[in-house]
Amino acid sequence: MSNLKGRNLISITDFSRDEYIQVLDIAEEFEKNPKQPILSDKVVATLFFEPSTRTRLSFESAASQLGARVIGFSDPGGTSVQKGESLHDTITMVSSYSDLIVMRNPKEGSSRYASEVASVPVINAGDGANQHPTQCMLDLYSIRKTQGTLDNLNIAMVGDLKYGRTVHSLTQAMCNFNTTFHLVSPEELKLPSSVKISIKDAGLKYYQYTDLKDVIGTADIIYMTRVQRERFPDPLEYERVKDSCILTASMLEGCKPNMRILHPLPRVNEITVDVDSTPYAYYFQQAQNGVYVRQALMAAILGVR
Amino acid sequence: MDNKKELVVPAIPNGTVIDHIPTAVVYRVISILGLDRYEDEVLIGNYLTSKKYGRKGIVKVKNKYFTAEQLSAIALLAPTATVIAIKDYEVVSKAAVQVPDHVDDLIRCVNPMCITNHEKIPTRFDVVDKDNLKLRCHYCEKYTEKDAIHFVEHKN
Ligand SMILES: [Zn+2]
Repeated sequence: MSNLKGRNLISITDFSRDEYIQVLDIAEEFEKNPKQPILSDKVVATLFFEPSTRTRLSFESAASQLGARVIGFSDPGGTSVQKGESLHDTITMVSSYSDLIVMRNPKEGSSRYASEVASVPVINAGDGANQHPTQCMLDLYSIRKTQGTLDNLNIAMVGDLKYGRTVHSLTQAMCNFNTTFHLVSPEELKLPSSVKISIKDAGLKYYQYTDLKDVIGTADIIYMTRVQRERFPDPLEYERVKDSCILTASMLEGCKPNMRILHPLPRVNEITVDVDSTPYAYYFQQAQNGVYVRQALMAAILGVR
Repeated sequence: MDNKKELVVPAIPNGTVIDHIPTAVVYRVISILGLDRYEDEVLIGNYLTSKKYGRKGIVKVKNKYFTAEQLSAIALLAPTATVIAIKDYEVVSKAAVQVPDHVDDLIRCVNPMCITNHEKIPTRFDVVDKDNLKLRCHYCEKYTEKDAIHFVEHKN
């Protein structure tokens, strides 16, 4: 067991495979018993330099259920940040008021920088298009929970694989677990070659598809993401491909019984509502798992687990 | 052979000779080293014939020796360059420039959304490919490649 006390979590590569598993094990304990006052002498600061209600509430719920007091802001309007205070000065000040900083900021690399300035640990809650490691950890937790293991799975990644930050992080993380990747996307939104190289470097296989129907029978996990119209310079092109990455209940015939569908949410139309009542839908539980994983991370980093 | 070259660009008694600079970057090397503001003799030769490289540039700077950081900058601009230190007309050291493992506070990150382009933070890069000059930003994790290298303003 490594000691995670005092560690920062900025990028998915900051923790080792064993350290992820350690956090997932702790999260399981909190899923059984989420309300424990083990952080009642701690103050957690949540600094959201751009609004993200879903992520912020998940962190704040996690902290509150462990008895921590939560301070911070949900968007920088009206704070000294808006008056032009540097990130350096904001982080220095907040460090003196808190035991742990959770930060979301649209500037890429801002969380890494904050962790170098802060005298307390920093958890990255999203730095622009760069990293969002707690989303990745809750994805891992959901995969392990639904499959009983992280090893030797067939994972289908569907939708915008080019810009989808969660897809890149999850792919990197799953490279530790002998995964076979099935990549489904329009031509324009294929997984970047740098991420494909990580798969190859790990000695693993990936297959590429343009139609979601082709992976339904193989996948243990179908990880859906949204294809945004804005990503296409030509609107006609979007119209042509938009249905190839939409999942409907009738398509699920012939899928493996253990198959589960994940989605980082919010969804728009890429999973039709009739899928929600099938036994394969897992995306709402997945979001709930985020609270347990964030509880586990905070407890480990603050040295009470 | 060397004697003939000295006729083209005269020898200096003390200082540094930067040889084998690609012709296209000679004036950028001068600028990045601050030699355009240097108040002593600077001898510049460009498009000189080189056995090894066809055409090359050479810069001789009287009474000046460069720091490791400045040599890194030369390496990023002109990986083929040789740096020769001269004392009393004698060569006291001669070495090819080396692309360093890390490049700190020297070049800008190519990513407009990178925190280093928005706050006064020294940039930090890991050199991931020395042959093709590919650098990874320590902060935003994006790659800056050879053709996108721009030096930070205060180094100019
Ligand atoms: Zn950067």
